[in-house]
Amino acid sequence: MLKQVEGSVAIAESVALCRPEVICAYPITPQTHIVEALSRMVKDGRLHPCEYINVESEFAALSVAIGASACGARAYTATASQGILFMAEAVYNASGLGLPMVMTVGNRAIGAPINIWNDHTDSMALRDAGWIQLYAETNQEAADLHIQAFRLSEAISLPVMVCVDGFILTHAYERVDVPTQEQVDAYLPRYEPRQVLDPAEPVTIGAMVGPEAFMEVRYLAHHRQMEAIGLIPELAAEFHAVFGRDSGGLLHAYRTEDADTVVCALGSVNGTIKDVVDELRDDGVRIGSISLCSFRPFPMAALASAIGTAKRVVTIEKSLSIGIGGNLSHNLRMALQGRGGEVHTVIAGLGGRSITRESLRRVFREAIENRLEPLSFLDLDRGVVERQLERERQVRRSGPAAEAILRDIGAVAARPV
Amino acid sequence: MNKPFAITLDVGSSLANKTGSWRTERPVYVDRLPPCNHACPAGENIQQWLYHAEEGNYEAAWREIMRNNPLPAVMGRACYHPCEGACNRAQLDRPVGIHAIERFLGDEAIRCGWKMPVEAPSSGKNVLVVGAGPSGLSCGYHLTLMGHQATIYEAGPMAGGMMRFGIPKYRLPRDILDAEIRRIEEMGVAIRLDTKVADLAETMRTHPFDAVFLAVGAHLAKRAYLPAGDASRILDAIGLLHNLETGEKPLLGRRVLVYGGGNTAMDAARTAKRLGAEETIVVYRRTRERMPAHDFEVQEAMEEGIMFKWLSTIKAESGGTFTVEKMRLDDKGKPQPTGAFETMEADSLILALGQDVDLSFLTRVEGLEIEDGVVKVGPDMMTGCRGVFAGGDMVPAERTITVAVGHGKKAARNIDAYLRGATYAPPPKHELAAFDKLNPWYYADASPTVQPILDRARRESTFEEVVSGLDESNALFEARRCLSCGNCFECDNCYGVCPDNAVIKLGRGNRFEFNYDYCKGCGLCVQECPCGAIRMEPEQI
Amino acid sequence: MSGPAQVKFYQTGTFTIGNRLLDVSVRSVQADENRSNSLTSGHRACQGCGEALGARYALDTAMRATGNRIVVANATGCLEVFSTPYPESSWQMPWLHSLFGNAPAVATGMAAAMKVKGRTDVRVIAQGGDGGTVDIGFGCLSGMFERNDDVLYICYDNEAYMNTGVQRSSATPPAARTATTPAVGGEPGNVMHQGKNVPLIAMAHGIPYVATATVADLRDLEYKVDRAMGIHGARYLHVHVPCPLGWGSAPHDTVKVARLAVECGLFPVFEAVDGEVVGRRTIRRRVATDEYLKLQSRFRHLFSPKRDEERLAAIQAIADRNIARFGLLGEGVPA
Repeated sequence: MLKQVEGSVAIAESVALCRPEVICAYPITPQTHIVEALSRMVKDGRLHPCEYINVESEFAALSVAIGASACGARAYTATASQGILFMAEAVYNASGLGLPMVMTVGNRAIGAPINIWNDHTDSMALRDAGWIQLYAETNQEAADLHIQAFRLSEAISLPVMVCVDGFILTHAYERVDVPTQEQVDAYLPRYEPRQVLDPAEPVTIGAMVGPEAFMEVRYLAHHRQMEAIGLIPELAAEFHAVFGRDSGGLLHAYRTEDADTVVCALGSVNGTIKDVVDELRDDGVRIGSISLCSFRPFPMAALASAIGTAKRVVTIEKSLSIGIGGNLSHNLRMALQGRGGEVHTVIAGLGGRSITRESLRRVFREAIENRLEPLSFLDLDRGVVERQLERERQVRRSGPAAEAILRDIGAVAARPV
Repeated sequence: MNKPFAITLDVGSSLANKTGSWRTERPVYVDRLPPCNHACPAGENIQQWLYHAEEGNYEAAWREIMRNNPLPAVMGRACYHPCEGACNRAQLDRPVGIHAIERFLGDEAIRCGWKMPVEAPSSGKNVLVVGAGPSGLSCGYHLTLMGHQATIYEAGPMAGGMMRFGIPKYRLPRDILDAEIRRIEEMGVAIRLDTKVADLAETMRTHPFDAVFLAVGAHLAKRAYLPAGDASRILDAIGLLHNLETGEKPLLGRRVLVYGGGNTAMDAARTAKRLGAEETIVVYRRTRERMPAHDFEVQEAMEEGIMFKWLSTIKAESGGTFTVEKMRLDDKGKPQPTGAFETMEADSLILALGQDVDLSFLTRVEGLEIEDGVVKVGPDMMTGCRGVFAGGDMVPAERTITVAVGHGKKAARNIDAYLRGATYAPPPKHELAAFDKLNPWYYADASPTVQPILDRARRESTFEEVVSGLDESNALFEARRCLSCGNCFECDNCYGVCPDNAVIKLGRGNRFEFNYDYCKGCGLCVQECPCGAIRMEPEQI
Repeated sequence: MSGPAQVKFYQTGTFTIGNRLLDVSVRSVQADENRSNSLTSGHRACQGCGEALGARYALDTAMRATGNRIVVANATGCLEVFSTPYPESSWQMPWLHSLFGNAPAVATGMAAAMKVKGRTDVRVIAQGGDGGTVDIGFGCLSGMFERNDDVLYICYDNEAYMNTGVQRSSATPPAARTATTPAVGGEPGNVMHQGKNVPLIAMAHGIPYVATATVADLRDLEYKVDRAMGIHGARYLHVHVPCPLGWGSAPHDTVKVARLAVECGLFPVFEAVDGEVVGRRTIRRRVATDEYLKLQSRFRHLFSPKRDEERLAAIQAIADRNIARFGLLGEGVPA
């Protein structure tokens, strides 16, 4: 049913249709609206049976999900930013134990300086934690990915993170086709755990594993993600069959067939990118884009195939791997091994900075004209940076950089030093 | 379940890991010798029969006593219970009232008519026992159990010896004594009363016995030299008690002195009181602390109004006036005369200065040696004459009925071996279960109410018998005060406190076993065993 | 106090693990030939490990109380490491180890799963050492208490981080030597702190049941586990478990050390219902705290090279305060 709803509500309704049995929630912006909506559904009985647990931290939230999943319950939680770092230990643990569950990450920057706005630093920090990571481009996809995520998670017994851009998606009111219960039930079977804590058939889960078997355990986790590369498109195809629309899959390629230049990005920024691609195509530029949905597992073959014979790839990345640059481009180079072509990393939109069509068009043109550096920072105010660096050169105790910059750009009143 | 590799394991799979290899010492179950058993002159396995009594299995308890002592009802009354003196429980509160439980069991056996079956096939051997006192009866009983025919020649008109003629009725009712003797007779021990052996050599020559056990006791009262105007006022304690038993009631008068400080003196004084003496005074040359009489006898005598005159010797008598010399104790605790005299008025004086053995019937027995008025025996109870054994008061030992019973048993075992042409080898004694081997924490405190009830039951007087018996529930409680020193009583502590489940419980009555596959040798079981029935031993590496 | 059934004056009463004279119905779980051995042989705990003992005592009781229908969440620590090194597990019931600090939350998830699946017959237990409980897991523990989740949490308190090599935890007693409070300097050993009394903190949450116990009093421990399993909601059991390795006590003295901790007053054994103390285990044979301390080399510096009178008196004062505060002196026990 088509609805004009907030992204968070669409996600919540989608999650609810998956009949989660245990939901654990701890508030953190910008995922709060999702768990608020779910709490209402559990409280008023629309979502039943379901245990909704208000925990005391994100660490507890994921831990509750671990316990629930180990006992055979379909478990769900949501988090963002500092929250996913606070639960980081449990993030690794859930995947290490092979426990299926779904967690929404309302992508948000990590402090300090504290910042509530969107970028991908949070989920990127946990990219190697063994979870499947799916990035939603639109609210429709965000809602749909959750349904696929439960199916995928339970099929391969690994936890799945659905990454949804904070505010840009979570708080945006868009038209979303929320499926029916019958559709979801047809797509998502009852959870049949691979391992479960049951007094009738007791097992010990979570052994201490030494050097003699640890490598193998880790390899098996990798192997399972590699298998997921095959499964993800199958599930997307099946989804299409039941729900009648394309959602999910490994990636979405847009006008890449004869492209010399391919732009690659995660999440909602792909909407803007596609607009710019259209504009440039109108100008006769052979450019296309790829919205990478599955970042973990990283679909190298599919990516290589979508990039095809393009001369260059430009990544638009909402996270900065400080000290080197981009995460996506770094990974992407693995997919392009053995073939020519340049990869340009463009760090963009950190801490919620707008990524405008104009800026994108400029940077794409620079790339096409071979004027783009391997690593660049979209709309970075060089003046502010230079002035701060100069202050630091002159005064040892130059004070907090963030505050100095805000004062510099006039966001806060200057005060006597 | 399709278990993820390495992370998810099968339950209980650690059994594959044999942690026993860590061990440098191993615990082993042992049976140590409980101090009560160790102290029992009759060799009773007291801890073992208490074990049965604790369970309320009185017949099994009684049968355990009967393995060593055929007279539990008598012994429970008349034994001076050295077991209780040795009892480790004394270090917690008070010793277990072993004698009271034994008496209860003995009485229960009489009441229920429990018998001892003779299961051994007849050996065809005949053994002569001289004297039907505790030692002779015990020997006859044990010989019978071993398949030999025992015939007891008793000089007197009744069997029982000192149990009858030395212990007053108020301590040992005669129906009890009779019942236990009758039970022995019914097993096949022949008792010939009024059959005095005047010359053993002659008897042995005329009667073809395969072996002889001598147990005639010590009946001759020791006399003190006492210049006396009126000898009729002076009598001996053994004679008094004997006459009383055979129906003669001596006239003692209103005021009676008893001279001596042993148990017989106490018996005599208390008997005099019962015969109508208004005042009975025990005259003793030393102090109470140095009296050979058992303290509880002195205590009971005092409670009955018997008076005591310490540090005094009687020097002479004249017309009912006794001259008494004051004594003092020297550095070694020996009484020394002071030269200070006083007089005491009395109607009669009972001498209780000890007894001698009548050895006249042994003069012609070849090889038999006599020393200090008693018959010498070897560790096997055999006299210098082959095939002639002796025990009880006539051999060098403490003169108690329990020692006598023990001698009878020991002699019987050696006679049995002798008759088979073998040598009796007693089983090796276990290490003593001293108090320091116990973990006394685990023993429940006697609740404040229970202990006085038990005490009263043990001590209250009736006219007939001074100390009454325990009833069933009291006896059970008392038995359950036993610490079971040195012997497993299946408290499950080892089974429980082992952090490695390395103790296997074999089920009631079968105790436990160590599973050395897993025992790491921590020693917790040893430390927490209440009764000291486990020991650590170095592992053989 | 309410407390375990006391058997009247029998040979050993109810102090021993079993007693062949007792009726089967009142025997301890540990006396049973068919007890679960929830933590079975072959585990790699040190010789004389109090925690291994306490865990089996507690879980066997819970197994009996529930007809073997429990699931267990275990915090990281000695108990976890010595029981489940791949490829062998010593546990006999469904058991999950997740992390050091999250056992209470994992258990909450388990309880939620059981509830939502209608498995009301299956009960949830979480357990850990003092580090996992009073320190790193404290936030999750408090959350579990506050929500009154249907979990029995058992802390096996051996008063330091033993698994990592005996470092101080907030349960480490004053003056005790650990690897991070070494016996050097002017005030050797741990600071003379007031400690963190988690049982009392648990009571402040108003949860239905809080109790303390030791491995020296099995019947009391079993009674408390049994009682806890009869209650729904958050329950907390704090079990004192000596660690021979960390405390420097003889492996064979584990139970004795636990017993003396109670008898000297340093470890009050009590139970509380709905935040109020309703029973305490009174001292039977009172001893000075010195008697307890002397058995453990972690306190040796208090006695050698010379007696540290001031701190020994301070420790005795802690015991005295416990005794007064919890009313630990029984009838007839000299003060």
